[in-house]
Amino acid sequence: MIATLLQIAAMFAVLSLLAFGGGAAVLPDMQHQAVDVYHWVTAREFLDMFALSRAVPPGSMIVVLVGQKAAGVAGGLVALLAMFGPSSLLAFGVARLWHRAGGAAWRDTLEQALAPVSVGLTIASGIALARSTEHDWAAYAITAAAMLLLVFTRLHPLVVMAAGALLLILAGG
Amino acid sequence: MANRAPVSGTALFLSFLIIGCTSIGGGLTAWIRRELVERRGWIDDQQFLANYGLSQMVPGATNVNLAVLIGAQLRGANGALIALAGLMLVPLAILLALGGFYFAAHGASHATLLNTALAGAGAVAIGFNVATGIRLGLANIRRLGPALIAAAIVVAIGVIRIPLLEVLLVAIPASLALTLLQRSR
Repeated sequence: MIATLLQIAAMFAVLSLLAFGGGAAVLPDMQHQAVDVYHWVTAREFLDMFALSRAVPPGSMIVVLVGQKAAGVAGGLVALLAMFGPSSLLAFGVARLWHRAGGAAWRDTLEQALAPVSVGLTIASGIALARSTEHDWAAYAITAAAMLLLVFTRLHPLVVMAAGALLLILAGG
Repeated sequence: MANRAPVSGTALFLSFLIIGCTSIGGGLTAWIRRELVERRGWIDDQQFLANYGLSQMVPGATNVNLAVLIGAQLRGANGALIALAGLMLVPLAILLALGGFYFAAHGASHATLLNTALAGAGAVAIGFNVATGIRLGLANIRRLGPALIAAAIVVAIGVIRIPLLEVLLVAIPASLALTLLQRSR
């Protein structure tokens, strides 16, 4: 139990500091470790947890469910602290340095340089997740339709998620 | 700004507790702005945007970083912790309950409907991530160079499945060099 909690803490603490552009960036690595390395969850469960976690703010809350599956509620709490602790500390420290060192001069350059990285990581996370689960033609169709709807309309993501769930139930049953 | 009344820890906690509740279903950034800038007037729009920009530059969920930065600005390190605790409390409780329900129901013979529903919602959630990335790209990428960097990352991680750290070690310096090169012209 303690060993599992330590593994959870170590794994999410590293991912915390790699999550450039937000939590989506680390989803493919998180899935690989939780599914293939530690065998805490199956690929299917990981995708279920991802869907469930989108119901609540903020991003990255999937870590609570992965930790909970691996080591109960304690695992969920450790995962939460490990995922948000290091990045929060870094944000806190960088903000102090930033104001003291007049970092504003660097802001535009950094923002401009990190934008394409964030964009690439966020799109890649969706593709990696789709490829790593048994995503059949129906699921790909729903993914593609949802993507188009969410790019071109102002529909609420939770409404589209509910529609996706209903659609697959109707198609399957 | 210096003449503003200091914010009490209790008020800060309550505000982020409200934000954590109201933003269930989405729009977290907008809810943070509405509560702290419009309702409370603790920070102005310029401070909000400065914190938001900074929270996007460091790793981690942008909105969590934003809570840390605003909490720290209002009440130092304690303020950061108070903001985080207030923001997380309700979503965490809901998620642990959802998780308990899911683990209990999942795998049971009658859970086919739940599994199908989650598969549908998951397929949408994947599309949501791709859509978010596309929207970010449409709003922020204006030139061929940055577009190629974004595309290379999509292929490296989404298709070839190269580990994130290795991709970042190449992509961030490359993008920074490209940005500096374009600026010096």
